[in-house]
Amino acid sequence: MPFGNTHNNFKLNYSVDDEFPDLSKHNNHMAKVLTKELYGKLRDKQTPTGFTLDDVIQTGIDNPGHPFIMTVGCVAGDEESYEVFKDLLDPVISDRHGGYKPTDKHKTDLNFENLKGGDDLDPNYVLSSRVRTGRSIKGYALPPHNSRGERRAIEKLSIEALSSLDGEFKGKYYPLKSMTDAEQEQLINDHFLFDKPVSPLLTCAGMARDWPDGRGIWHNDNKTFLVWVNEEDHLRVISMQKGGNMREVFRRFCVGLQKIEEIFKKHNHGFMWNEHLGYILTCPSNLGTGLRGGVHVKLPKLSTHPKFEEILTRLRLQKRGTGGVDTASVGGVFDISNADRLGSSEVAQVQLVVDGVKLMVEMEKKLEKGEAIDSMIPAQK
Amino acid sequence: MSEKVENICHAMAQLTLREWSAEDEFPDLSQHSNLMAKHLTTDMYSRLRERVTPTGFTLDRVIQPGVDNPGHPFIMTVGCVAGDEETYEVFKELLDPVIEDRHGGYKPSDKHKTDLNPDNLKGGDDLDPNYVLSSRVRTGRSIRGFCLPPHCSRGERRMVEKLSNEALDSLTGDLKGKYYALKNMTDAEQQQLIDDHFLFDKPVSPLLLASGMARDWPDARGIWHNDNKTFLVWVNEEDHLRVISMQKGGNMKEVFNRFCTGLTKIESLFKEKGHEFMWNEHLGYVLTCPSNLGTGLRAGVHMKLPNMSKHAKFEEVLKRLRLQKRGTGGVDTAAVGGVFDISNADRLGFSEVELVQMVVDGVKLLTEMEKRLEKGQSIDDLIPAQK
Repeated sequence: MPFGNTHNNFKLNYSVDDEFPDLSKHNNHMAKVLTKELYGKLRDKQTPTGFTLDDVIQTGIDNPGHPFIMTVGCVAGDEESYEVFKDLLDPVISDRHGGYKPTDKHKTDLNFENLKGGDDLDPNYVLSSRVRTGRSIKGYALPPHNSRGERRAIEKLSIEALSSLDGEFKGKYYPLKSMTDAEQEQLINDHFLFDKPVSPLLTCAGMARDWPDGRGIWHNDNKTFLVWVNEEDHLRVISMQKGGNMREVFRRFCVGLQKIEEIFKKHNHGFMWNEHLGYILTCPSNLGTGLRGGVHVKLPKLSTHPKFEEILTRLRLQKRGTGGVDTASVGGVFDISNADRLGSSEVAQVQLVVDGVKLMVEMEKKLEKGEAIDSMIPAQK
Repeated sequence: MSEKVENICHAMAQLTLREWSAEDEFPDLSQHSNLMAKHLTTDMYSRLRERVTPTGFTLDRVIQPGVDNPGHPFIMTVGCVAGDEETYEVFKELLDPVIEDRHGGYKPSDKHKTDLNPDNLKGGDDLDPNYVLSSRVRTGRSIRGFCLPPHCSRGERRMVEKLSNEALDSLTGDLKGKYYALKNMTDAEQQQLIDDHFLFDKPVSPLLLASGMARDWPDARGIWHNDNKTFLVWVNEEDHLRVISMQKGGNMKEVFNRFCTGLTKIESLFKEKGHEFMWNEHLGYVLTCPSNLGTGLRAGVHMKLPNMSKHAKFEEVLKRLRLQKRGTGGVDTAAVGGVFDISNADRLGFSEVELVQMVVDGVKLLTEMEKRLEKGQSIDDLIPAQK
């Protein structure tokens, strides 16, 4: 259901000037792109489920951003948002995804056999490997906009799909609202539990409504394949394990994802996808593959090298602290993952991580021995 | 209303009915303890979900804060908000029982009396300043014709700010003052307002956030106060206007005088421009939260009650006097150093004068009790009957 002033019937009685948000202190993609003219053009439009321009941009208005970190500042409420509001979202997408054009086509490749290597990242340096993505179920509004009925239907479908998985994927669903203290403790220890969003980026977009109704966590018995239901996206799918066998993590990721997709398709609710934007997710930053493949890796020397940032940029990788986005690294251990989401395939992105991490571990070893790494600095990928 | 707006209105009404049944959509209120959860039934939900106010406010918006904030076993929050004046009519099936519960049995047929004549207050100018550190009266006002903070658009909010500024700018004498817009406050101004305890912050209370009141912060929000710093207006926080009269010491009569004079002046200035306050003879002044209907008035003092507050009958005495205690930081804070915020518990069904009278009389009595206890004497003969 709409959140905020979205369906305030008085607002169209006010001029564009009266209604246009004050973005003078703002530094996010939405604020960069949205002009009064654009606002005037789009403000009386809505998607078939009733999502309006003000709904799209509210989170960007309420979160001016940071001079150093460019947030997206807009969200989709349904699949059609990307079409109805393309005049705003196309430039935002282009800005965020390295110049991706409205005419570009995105390639999906979830065939893990196309990945070269990746099974031998040095476990003395690579502590753990993980691949995550999101999926949206066609026919339902997205987390900023969906009603309780829709959210529950997504949960029900997800449980049906996940319960039919077997073999290495056999597992169990833990709904947030009826979790026992013991289960909660275990999920926290496993680093599986997701909490009610506190990030204003999420709460201002209405994603925390009705918490914890319809939310839950599913994981396999081996604790290597995990699905979050109804958090920031309908589904977040995660494959992970200790050590450096990214190949195995990616294999499990692809196989599990495809099994789940088949089951949803059987119920006439496939995943939202199109050949321009790839997989459709709530945040424009996650379009395309929605994939973040990464490792926790010890780089105490390389991370203090003056060329560290440059190397990451050239390898098309990004660093985060070990708590995830917006956290600091601890003890020289970094979260290194692909920077791209849209315009390259899953295989291509995981390949970048595999190759890039291998290189950085070599560099770390050289620096340990007091040797130079200049000859190893890569060209821009 | 323009055709465009009407079309959206119609589409809006249709959206709420889509493919989902009332059962599919009914919120899970099993862990909840608030007035909305107490009174909302599936039948009521199925009827009210088909309704929408003329400005587009729906049942789900009314109840969202209560769904997202289950409440506390000891503190019964209201759990619903109004998005416009018509909310109280369109959703009366839910809001009437909530109002009745919250406001001591106030019935749908009851009439509310407004009395802002400060001459009708008896006494109140001599509360003992050795015990009463400060006195304050606040209320809220909504401008008719605009949506309320959970639902208003930026254009509406800015218009409320503009109209408020025009009205406040024309105040004179003791009430003459200045407006400080939140969004272009200098650091120095901000520091001064904090030191004066005037500055209001972006809402962090999940109750307010869940209703959408913090959208577009700090756009069109601001603080106006007179040069003497005894009369203060908050613009576009939880209500369109919050009006506060305050000063150190125990002269509640003067505080209330200024309150009534200022409020009446502001109201007439708005009327000159063709704008009234939302008011009706059943609910009195219409505000965002149903708990503030009627007078919207909270009159109180900060007073020292180190002995009285430890007395076994403290809570009982407050109850009988129709008063409530809070910590000195306001709602949901703790008392510090034996100093309590004592104010009227009622809002609806009593006039402004009656409520301030209760505070004045009640505080006088509590002061007497404190003095007795200081001397080690009993207060049993002073315990009042239920007002």
